[in-house]
Amino acid sequence: MVVKVYGPSYASPKRVLVCLIEKEIEFETVPVDLLKGGLKDPEFLELQPFGTVPVTQDGDYILFESRAIMRYYAEKYKSQGTDLLGKTIEERGLVENWLEVEAHSYNPPIYTLTVQIMVSPKLGFPRDENLIKESEEKLAKVLDVYEEKLSKSKYLAGDFFSLADLSHLPFTQYLVSQMGKEYMIRSRKHVSAWWDDISSRPSWQKVLQLYAVPF
Amino acid sequence: MVVKVYGPIMAACPQRVMACLLEKDVEFEIVHVDLEAEEHKTSDFLLRQPFGQVPAIEDGDFKLFESRAIIRYYAAKYEERGPNLLGNSLEGRALVDQWLEVEAHNFNDLVYTLVLQLVVLPRMGKHGDVVLARSCEQKLEKVFDIYEQRLSNATYLAGDSFTLADLSHLPGIRYLVNDAGMGHLVAERKHVNAWWEAISNRSAWKKLMKLVNY
Repeated sequence: MVVKVYGPSYASPKRVLVCLIEKEIEFETVPVDLLKGGLKDPEFLELQPFGTVPVTQDGDYILFESRAIMRYYAEKYKSQGTDLLGKTIEERGLVENWLEVEAHSYNPPIYTLTVQIMVSPKLGFPRDENLIKESEEKLAKVLDVYEEKLSKSKYLAGDFFSLADLSHLPFTQYLVSQMGKEYMIRSRKHVSAWWDDISSRPSWQKVLQLYAVPF
Repeated sequence: MVVKVYGPIMAACPQRVMACLLEKDVEFEIVHVDLEAEEHKTSDFLLRQPFGQVPAIEDGDFKLFESRAIIRYYAAKYEERGPNLLGNSLEGRALVDQWLEVEAHNFNDLVYTLVLQLVVLPRMGKHGDVVLARSCEQKLEKVFDIYEQRLSNATYLAGDSFTLADLSHLPGIRYLVNDAGMGHLVAERKHVNAWWEAISNRSAWKKLMKLVNY
């Protein structure tokens, strides 16, 4: 039975895709068109009552929330592919620590930038320049903390690549490509090296090749 | 070795950690951080938590921050002790993570903003933004409607037993019901109400309420 991933062209589902590829897990994708109101579809709301992507369907087993899905597959297939959770309970704790940082400190400003810069022209609402400026300032402060952290260890949770690093891939890709804000990464020596390392992984390159950005 | 929990006992995020430690019968001491005096912005504290937030823990040499990472760590470390807060299988655990993510992304920010505007700012002698609070309340109504639907199909969020997913909601809902005058959000929904009664009457949560002196 092959796991189905809904919404592959969007950023959050890409967290799941890159994780599945790292773990050498076969999957299929199901396109969802957000711009055509795909998430308000009653059938979709049965799967995901909050109306967001991704959702995964593995036989009868349905899960939503990209970071919950990643944790599940990383644990379930612990013995194959890349180890993404660390080797001890303490290492796992550090992975969880920095995954939570990504979720609560990194993602909110970068998500706002994505909506304001990339989505606004598609949905036809004006950009809020103040909000963009504020979000960039918030993100810059977070990146300063990352710069300090990454001067002490190669990856966020320690000297091993983990879900904590992987989780940053999709939206950071938007930042350096479509949003034209690569300078935020390049102006920070250790963040820059970390970004080059994680974004050049074959798994991420494969996701970029196979699943086009919708805007 | 006693776990040190850094943060004021009144704050929601440290309470999330303390509730978990009490459930797992793990001894801890509270190291108070004076938020009003901006102790969380001092260079000493920033070494411990570089974003200047509470809580952080110190367990011998091991240090962690982010309340939802800390509770996952202790729930796993002491899996054999006290109630099983992580589900009975990998699939069960993933549902716990799913609803923990829901709490973190769909619930937490709305509660935080509402409580800041209606409770915290007025306590500091400042004006809260009532319009913003009302907008959060309306969004919370929709979130609680989804919880009502979920809890009509399962006793707890992740299934048949109490887990981290339910625990994570305790501090925020207490603030909503007891301090922000938002009890109707819970009371008007039959299954949410029954769930809140069950989880807030757990002895570990009651112990915490005593510690905080509510």
